[in-house]
Amino acid sequence: MSDVADPTVPLHGAALDRASAGKSPTLMRLRAASEFIVIPVLAVMAAFLLFSLFLLAIGKSPLTFLSLLWLGGFGTAFSWGNTLQRASPLILTALAVAVPAQLGLTVIGGEGALVLGGFAAAAIAVPFVGTGMPALIVMPLMIVFALAAGGLWVGLAGWLRYRRGVNETISSLLLSYIAIAIMNFFVEGPMRDLNQPMKASTLPIGTAYMVPAMPHLSVHWGFATGVVLALVLGVLMQRTTFGFAAKITGGNMRAAQAQGLPVGRLILTCALISGACAGLAGYFEVAAVQGRANASLAAGYGFTGILVSFLARHNPIAVVPVAILFGGLGAAGGIVQRRMGMPDATVLVLQGFIFVVLLASETLYGRFRIFQMGGSGGRA
Amino acid sequence: MLTMAGVNRRKFLQTTAASAAGLTLGTASFRAARAATDLTVGVIYVGARDDFGWNQAHAVAVQALKGVPGVKVVEEENVPETDAVAKTMESMINLDGAALILPTSFGYYSPFMIEEAKSHPDVQFRHAAPLWTDKDPKNAGSYFAFLDQAHYIDGVAAGAASVSGKLGFVAAKPIGIVLRNINSFLLGARTVNPKATCQVIFTGEWSLPVREAEATNALVDAGCDLITCHVDGPKVVIQTAESRGVKTCGHNASQAPLAPKGFVTGAEYKWITIYKGFAELLGKGQPLPNITFGGYDKDMVQNTPYGAGATDKARMAADAAIKDLKAGKPIWTTAVKDNKGQVVLPNAPYDNYAPDLNSMTYLIEGVIGSAS
Repeated sequence: MSDVADPTVPLHGAALDRASAGKSPTLMRLRAASEFIVIPVLAVMAAFLLFSLFLLAIGKSPLTFLSLLWLGGFGTAFSWGNTLQRASPLILTALAVAVPAQLGLTVIGGEGALVLGGFAAAAIAVPFVGTGMPALIVMPLMIVFALAAGGLWVGLAGWLRYRRGVNETISSLLLSYIAIAIMNFFVEGPMRDLNQPMKASTLPIGTAYMVPAMPHLSVHWGFATGVVLALVLGVLMQRTTFGFAAKITGGNMRAAQAQGLPVGRLILTCALISGACAGLAGYFEVAAVQGRANASLAAGYGFTGILVSFLARHNPIAVVPVAILFGGLGAAGGIVQRRMGMPDATVLVLQGFIFVVLLASETLYGRFRIFQMGGSGGRA
Repeated sequence: MLTMAGVNRRKFLQTTAASAAGLTLGTASFRAARAATDLTVGVIYVGARDDFGWNQAHAVAVQALKGVPGVKVVEEENVPETDAVAKTMESMINLDGAALILPTSFGYYSPFMIEEAKSHPDVQFRHAAPLWTDKDPKNAGSYFAFLDQAHYIDGVAAGAASVSGKLGFVAAKPIGIVLRNINSFLLGARTVNPKATCQVIFTGEWSLPVREAEATNALVDAGCDLITCHVDGPKVVIQTAESRGVKTCGHNASQAPLAPKGFVTGAEYKWITIYKGFAELLGKGQPLPNITFGGYDKDMVQNTPYGAGATDKARMAADAAIKDLKAGKPIWTTAVKDNKGQVVLPNAPYDNYAPDLNSMTYLIEGVIGSAS
């Protein structure tokens, strides 16, 4: 799961030493880094090729499909807006997976943290509606509640893991169902808006406390927040002692303990960050999209985020382009359905191809000499 | 559906125009009168088009709409009730040139459809639930059909087809529209068998196949020999009941193929009446009504053709009851008690579209189960 576990990484280090004699180190670094771009790109292309064969087999034109994919996902300004809007929650929910993954933890309960975060944000905002309380106070309060609710929820899974040895994958998933049940309890019971007889929801948070769209874009601020957060977490995980300690722990928890690293604190912190990211996604779903909390919060973003994080190899920065790719596929899925008369599952088939080919391509890292620093490396 | 094929264009226009005039509670100004040759209709479904339920009922009608000259239909399924549906609507408008959008799921309405209607005043939006009020944009609106009338017919047939008189009902949530269908079902059954009872189990969710199967089995175990339901996709209920050897009545769309032995009839929407009416009006450049609704009398609901489970007595009783409903005869003719002994609907008889009937919070006497 984590880069540390990858046996090729020390080899890069050794290769760097060998190669530093004659060539520019920056150039060689770039060449080595390009491996992490070229291989995924080739894998995605291979997946498209396979998918084209699938389309031919069912008598549809791959060229039409690709041109529609382009038109619907990236071809016009409107398409980009559609793509980025769909990518926004995925960036945050993927970060909720990527951060604990640095420790070797597989947290799949982002959905629950998202739901709870969104619900908490709505719950704190609703009493202020109509009181004239300035948005400058209520909006930060909503964010804090969303972060706290999400953070505590995944944090609980982290605490259970460290204190009681409970598998975090299972506990976070189960907690996720509890979170959804908690929200349903409140929106169908004590906090229900009785003017909405057919769909149980909280009262609306009101336009004053809603998050507007970004200027010149039809995308809400959740997207920019996700990108910034991905960069911050990328730096935190790759350029700080905290990130380094997390990676050591992810490589071998017992060794990390023996070295005196605060393993418990690392697990808890990463779990809190994870839940906070998902909670923030929930905040934006309520404050920028739905305007109230209801069952639509559990739209599956938390689960798609798992896929995005795995495809980004749990690299927080790589999460952004992968989320945009998924957003584009989702955006184009509609027009593919409409113009080609194909079922919604078509795009799922393509996603499946991409996922499998990308996972298979994991075995290719370190196998091509061209990417090795010094050009003579390879797998030793 | 069968009757539509035989209706000629002239006659259709006449009836549609007449019914539309009768149904219009408010009208929208329609800026661009569009020629009949360039109407693109965008239809949005929350689930799969072949779900044997709500979505299929719309999709079947949309298929027929595709046959209307000059109408092009674009469809998108599995669209969640999030900003994804806003983008789907925009995509249909921007990339496909849709002039009429039909979002068919409840949660699409607010805020998504309302916002899109505000930002696209040239596009018409009609939503399949009774939500539009005159405070909403004038280019938006609602359409819906009173399926309780078809459930009442289900009940009439069920009361005659059931041997034990013990009927079972698998329901999603105890909300007004569902309670009304349950009550109408038993009321229909009691017109044939005054001792009939209806045991209801709520699953708590619109789509929860495992619990729907459990509920069906529990009802059969409790002695029910005829099962019906109000869930999004009745497939599991009908199949489970069929495998247990009991009779079934359907809901939303035709489930007849799922139960070749025990299917009696089913309550079905007939959205095509509404959709074709919209298409014709737009084709002529006329405004669409903001609110369109109806039942048997407006040809907006129907019952599935009788299956092998329908006895002769059931067919005759149901046919007679359908005739009454088409003539506008009320279903709720006398005051009734709820199953806790309180008198409800004291001002009966009620017109079949009376507002009081929309807000049922109770189950009538003879229904075994709790509405809260």
